[in-house]
Amino acid sequence: MNGGILDMAVSPEEVRHVAWLARLRLTAHEERLFSEQLSNILAHVAKLQELDVEGIEPTFHVLKTLSNVYRPDEVRSWPELREVVQAAPQQRDGLFAVPRVLPEGEDEVSAKNEKDG
Amino acid sequence: MADAVEVVIGLEVHVELKTESKIFCACSTRFGSPPNTQVCPICLGHPGTLPVLNLKALELAVRAALALNCKVARYTKFDRKNYFYPDLPKGYQISQYDAPLAEHGWLEFRVDGRMRTARIRRVHLEEDAGKLMHDEVTGETLVDFNRCGVPLIEVVTEPDLRSPREARAFMEELRAVLQYAEVSDCRMQEGSLRCDANISLRPRGATDLGTKAEIKNLNSFRALEKALEYEVARQTRALERGERLVLETRGWDEGRQVTVPLRTKEEAHDYRYFPEPDLVPMTLDPEWVEQIRRSLPELPSQRMARFQAEYGLPAYDAGVIVASRRLADFFEECVRHYPHPKTVSNWVMGQVLGYLNSRGLEPEELNFEPERLAELLRMVDEGVISVSVAREVFEEAVSTGKSPRALVEEKGLEQLSDTGALAAVVRQVIEEHPSPVRDYRRGKVKALGFLMGQVMKKTAGKANPQLARRLLEEALATEREETP
Amino acid sequence: MRKMDEGCLTDLSVHQLRVLLERGEVAPRDVHEAYVRRIEEVDDQLNAYITVCPDFPPELENRHGRPVFPVAVKDNIMTRGIRTTCGSRILARFIPPYDATAILRLKERGLYVLGKTNMDEFAMGSSCENSAFGPTRNPWNLDAVPGGSSGGSAAAVAAGEAPWALGSDTGGSVRQPAALCGVVGMKPTYGRVSRFGLVAFASSLDQIGPITRDVWDCWVLMRALCGHDPLDSTSAPGQAPIPPPQSVESLGGVRIGVPREYLGPGVEDAVRDAVLKAVGVLEELGARAEECSLPHTEYGLSAYYIIAPAEASSNLARYDGVRYGHRTCQASSLLDMYELTRQEGFGAEVKRRIMLGTYVLSAGYYDAYYLRAQKVRTLICRDFERAWARYDLLAAPTSPTVAFPLGERTADPLAMYMADVLTIPVNLAGLPALSLPCGFARGLPVGLQLIGRPFDELTLLRVAQAFQQATDYHLYRPVVGGEVDG
Repeated sequence: MNGGILDMAVSPEEVRHVAWLARLRLTAHEERLFSEQLSNILAHVAKLQELDVEGIEPTFHVLKTLSNVYRPDEVRSWPELREVVQAAPQQRDGLFAVPRVLPEGEDEVSAKNEKDG
Repeated sequence: MADAVEVVIGLEVHVELKTESKIFCACSTRFGSPPNTQVCPICLGHPGTLPVLNLKALELAVRAALALNCKVARYTKFDRKNYFYPDLPKGYQISQYDAPLAEHGWLEFRVDGRMRTARIRRVHLEEDAGKLMHDEVTGETLVDFNRCGVPLIEVVTEPDLRSPREARAFMEELRAVLQYAEVSDCRMQEGSLRCDANISLRPRGATDLGTKAEIKNLNSFRALEKALEYEVARQTRALERGERLVLETRGWDEGRQVTVPLRTKEEAHDYRYFPEPDLVPMTLDPEWVEQIRRSLPELPSQRMARFQAEYGLPAYDAGVIVASRRLADFFEECVRHYPHPKTVSNWVMGQVLGYLNSRGLEPEELNFEPERLAELLRMVDEGVISVSVAREVFEEAVSTGKSPRALVEEKGLEQLSDTGALAAVVRQVIEEHPSPVRDYRRGKVKALGFLMGQVMKKTAGKANPQLARRLLEEALATEREETP
Repeated sequence: MRKMDEGCLTDLSVHQLRVLLERGEVAPRDVHEAYVRRIEEVDDQLNAYITVCPDFPPELENRHGRPVFPVAVKDNIMTRGIRTTCGSRILARFIPPYDATAILRLKERGLYVLGKTNMDEFAMGSSCENSAFGPTRNPWNLDAVPGGSSGGSAAAVAAGEAPWALGSDTGGSVRQPAALCGVVGMKPTYGRVSRFGLVAFASSLDQIGPITRDVWDCWVLMRALCGHDPLDSTSAPGQAPIPPPQSVESLGGVRIGVPREYLGPGVEDAVRDAVLKAVGVLEELGARAEECSLPHTEYGLSAYYIIAPAEASSNLARYDGVRYGHRTCQASSLLDMYELTRQEGFGAEVKRRIMLGTYVLSAGYYDAYYLRAQKVRTLICRDFERAWARYDLLAAPTSPTVAFPLGERTADPLAMYMADVLTIPVNLAGLPALSLPCGFARGLPVGLQLIGRPFDELTLLRVAQAFQQATDYHLYRPVVGGEVDG
């Protein structure tokens, strides 16, 4: 599994790390299943390594001549915003409410550290 | 130890641009509105919404880059910076990564009488996030998205600053330059200017940077300076004890005046940057950029030079006045109405700044027209009031908003400059205080001060001091001659 | 299957309905009620709809003779006040506060929303089996898939549950279900139709497209949908409206390329035969066809399954329970709220693609995967650019197979992904393409795919129109399940 530019196998540890980056709480079964399925998919898409892409520019936008799209600096208020805030999963006095955030994402990191053991 | 070690500081500054509407949607950018009243599906990250760039934000960013002597890119684009946080609706921030708007600039600033230069690594555009508040009662975090989507530029310096004082001086000049360029109000209290610092120590002469600490939560220039001073001490102590420093993020605790660890930099997010597919790239026409450069207002250093040349102000005075755009505008407008620059500059540096500093106000918050100061100074020239009365009138005029002339009339503060009336008072005082008079005539010059005081007392402070002194001296002198 | 019945309102194309409405032989309400009845009749078996709007909109009562038409809309297009779920639990109760630009344009022209159709969750799928609301079934065979991700829209049009519909196409999601359901489906040139209000899957590939009974209806919807939108920075400016694809005597002078890579071993024999026979019809009409090559075709699937999931992983980060949609009830911390909300809200395929996309963008992998895939995309674009020197359009099958059985590929993601191998390169290159019915195999429809130059939808529509005038595949209708034939 080692060697070559890319190691296509995705280990369960990597799966857990990627799941954390994507904020998905996978079950143990999903961790195993995705480890296998992602490895298969990556093995398949690795066929792109066959090609020589030296000097080829990437195509991030297919409309190659479209650039410099702007709008003027004008204010327009949106009349129905009241209903949007009211429809939030949890709100308090016009503010969106979420469980307590500790400074600088500390709880997220420590929670992850706890999970990883 | 101190001399063998060098302090290395770099700054990351976020500046809110002065546009009417947000960077990618038409919501207002006004500060201070009730929460979530300046939002729409776009800045709230609703499904299906898309960003469109505010041209004015781009213009102001280019202006800022030019004012900081940067090279503006011909080709620039936006990228997505992906991470999860409640103040970030889309789960990514639209920012710039590998093709920023501008690079390789510099800013010259004065510190302790010397000129120093710090290089600007890059200036790029990005969108601001919302604001978090903590509800102590429910234990929840509450989010206001009014600020989300306000256009920002991020200004990153090279680690060229060598002391906390330099860092502060740099920030003060940066603020002045950006205010002058009319790019931002730069008000740290309102959050339109934010600053993080990276600081490390290294052996003098070394080229690597040393292990750095990133300092956040700096709410004022004073906090910046104090936090960096604390860090220099902390890192020095650690090195002296032979401890290994770790790459970390620390926050300034204003209450305890210390920095505290927030998270280690190793745990920093993997932002998974990739080019923003919803926005097309920008190719900036050099002619358009030149036009912006030509339309740049006079910057602080230029204005300072001009104040010295045109008004004959000494460098120090000029430097103090141009530090704030508002103050410099105030000075010039006042001189337009009252063409005695040195007097005006003394008043601006003295009374005006004194007033602002004692109340913790910024020059932008000064509620006093330059014409009013001119009016006040003319009254002193005309002898209507004395200088010390003028100082009181100034304080009153700024607090109440009334015109100096109105106040003087209202309170009957006009000087007594009637020679006849004043001479009568002088004679009275001389009669009533023979002892000090004798002292004076015997050579005790200080007695004059006492007699002046009596004249002022009798006239309730309104005597024109110069006239009163002259009359007093004349009266005492004539009598003096008569003594054998 | 049966031939269409001109006396049955829900069998007619929209341009046929228009004639009846203009003559006053039928009123808009009659049309509306016919469709609502049809939905009640067959949707229990098909499950093409997630939300039906059974009431005729009162504001359309008095449009002074100007015809109004119902349209079914894929459930990833924002419709103000009408629940929009994207086939997902995470938006199961979401009511949009605004209309997509495409919807506003249709409303301006007298269309109204009949209902929101079923789809693979967040448009990720090729069979409509990835919906949180159950699979849609193919009206031609209830044990087969209708294709995906716009399976609900295609099935609804095929079964007479809607006169026409909107879908979205990122890797074939309009064309492939259209082919599997025997209807017409078109993907516009990237940038033709505004994406504002289309829930993003892969931003550099997504387009809204029409699904219709025939080519003329397709043109009518295209004309209504296409146009620059200042709310979409990737919207193409300066578009001229597409002229009507007037019927032509002959297709003389039209040069058709048939890429050999699109007729390889993965393509079912019956599909290959039907498509080559269809090309033969075009030649009889005067076109010249010959084999050509798009050598990088085999790399399209790999490039797509890096680029699309990468963009999707970022586009779906906003579903976090903070401002709208589902939020877990079990959160005792912020991390819980994020992880549980998304775990509860997203289905397996969506999670798989988010994981894949996050992985290929993560530190150390960006160059080897995402950047390389975008460079391969350039090579695929160049293949097409070279073809346009010799050909006016390309012809190929839309799908390698006819509709496959429900459940056949759900355990093997890669096998499922192969369904889009012939449609994906078109999205990577941003080209226009359409699928139209060209035959049957085992009672299931076969689709002919026509691929055109950027912004040359007209040529595709003209050739397709000529084909439909010379053939009658588009006049067949499925007999749904327990229905009595005739």
